[in-house]
Amino acid sequence: MSSDILVLVEHRDGTVTEGTFEILGRARELASQAGGEATALLLAADAGPLADQLGDWSIIAIEDPGLAEFSPSAYQAALAPIVTEREPMLLLATNSGVGMDVAGGLSGAIGLPLAAFATSITLADGAPLVTCQSFAGKIEARVRFRDDRGICTVVAGAYPAGAGRVAGSPRVERVPLPAVDQRVRFRGLVRPEAGDVDITRETVLVSVGRGIGEQDNIELVEELAAALGGVVSSSRPIADAGWLPRTRQVGKSGLRVKPKLYLALGISGAPEHLEGMRDAELIVAVNTDPRAPIFGVAHYGAVADILDVVPALTKRLG
Amino acid sequence: MEFVVLLKQVPDLAEELEIDRSGTELVREWLSYVTSEWDEYALEEALQLRDLAGGTVTCLALDTGAVDELLATCLARGADRVFKVGSFERPPDTHASATAFAAALRTVSHDLVLVGVQAIDDLDGQLGPVLAAELGLPHVSVVTHIAAGADGTTVTANQEYAGGLVAEFEVDLPAVLGVQTSREAPRYAPVSRVRQLMKTATIEALDGPVGPGGGLIVESLSVPETGGHAEMIDGDAAAIATRIAAILAERGLVKTGAAS
Repeated sequence: MSSDILVLVEHRDGTVTEGTFEILGRARELASQAGGEATALLLAADAGPLADQLGDWSIIAIEDPGLAEFSPSAYQAALAPIVTEREPMLLLATNSGVGMDVAGGLSGAIGLPLAAFATSITLADGAPLVTCQSFAGKIEARVRFRDDRGICTVVAGAYPAGAGRVAGSPRVERVPLPAVDQRVRFRGLVRPEAGDVDITRETVLVSVGRGIGEQDNIELVEELAAALGGVVSSSRPIADAGWLPRTRQVGKSGLRVKPKLYLALGISGAPEHLEGMRDAELIVAVNTDPRAPIFGVAHYGAVADILDVVPALTKRLG
Repeated sequence: MEFVVLLKQVPDLAEELEIDRSGTELVREWLSYVTSEWDEYALEEALQLRDLAGGTVTCLALDTGAVDELLATCLARGADRVFKVGSFERPPDTHASATAFAAALRTVSHDLVLVGVQAIDDLDGQLGPVLAAELGLPHVSVVTHIAAGADGTTVTANQEYAGGLVAEFEVDLPAVLGVQTSREAPRYAPVSRVRQLMKTATIEALDGPVGPGGGLIVESLSVPETGGHAEMIDGDAAAIATRIAAILAERGLVKTGAAS
């Protein structure tokens, strides 16, 4: 066993994701506390340009044409022998679809414990101590690993990306592809159709969730957004129901927004949603559930039915 | 095609969660349970795919004491067969669930295993990839738009990423997919039909060992201070609206000319 930390590099379309830099930064801090090294794991067709994006990092690179884009089976086959052999104290991945697949697959395949939805990782007596979100953010769990080694999937925004962006030259160790598994084949990326508005560029977002009740009530929120000179956005269930276009969805599988004002109306604030909006300059939340996690990130909150508050607010702004 | 759906119940978040005196468990005796939201999507997808491609839908749930209603609901919605697996005094973690389901799946034929992409209580990872690793099957998480291939040996599915970007994958069967959402909202099953099925339906039982679990040691649970951050506004809707309008006006966030 070592005190080293391995970090899975997630990249898409030739670009390293923001979340990768967030966990790289934390990995370096933890490795230096533990007396180990933080090393990036990079799987790609051509590691060079991606390594350059990473900067001053020690990188283990596996290059193969079949690794141009992510595939769960290809990544698992390639990574399992390396993680087994290197015996890291920690393997970090982002809590994305890619991270879920790789972390869960490796944990099941090689028996390393896994802590999901991690929001904080520290060392206690030299061993990882992880805080995880549970029950949609209503409970926090502090967990350790059996044998003090394990895998973490870290939620977006848990650590600043800046600490992971270290200018300098990468030190790349290329290792041969240990195994091939082509049972999951990447076929292509599908980009979202451009929407009528780009919610990432709006300064005022009036965002609506399940508390809206029914589709007809969306109109009330549209009126409020018009009164504020903003646009309507939503949490996932509203987009799933087809009440608003997918391009208006805020959160993990939608867009990450940073408006001057985010009005969260009838949104409970599941971790997947908070991931997309917690950096807004001013967050005002209205929800009927006083224990809704949205109140944990809001600057102002009110426990009320949005169907009562929204028309009243529109009237006062009108 | 043989579709298998794995489902579980989770505490209803509409109710307050309490931590017990050990500090490492929820107080479970008063909790009410609901079917995990993403498992409902997995079932709906399986039913839709069966109706398009033919075959059967089999639903499995670990027997944690009260899964008959869950499984009867699966039948009421159109599942062909249901099984409860093993016997568990408390809800097992993801890895222990995977061990039990993997054992059961050795006796239940399956081309495509659908699970909810996640559950609100899975601390030690998501069931799909952990189970797939135990079974030696390929897996993809966070999928939508599942479609069966023409020759019945593959499916295609989309994996969702941030910003609305998706990757399309082709997956060899048998495989495990973690379903993010279904093409249509989960269908409704009349309560009277569920009640009737609970009396008359055959819910078969399968062995599922109680595995050692994922090796995650819970040191403590806590309730985050949700109110600790927000300044709460009291009063009725009119008072709340007035206060919010004032806050926005103070910060220059109302349109010029608007009243405060």
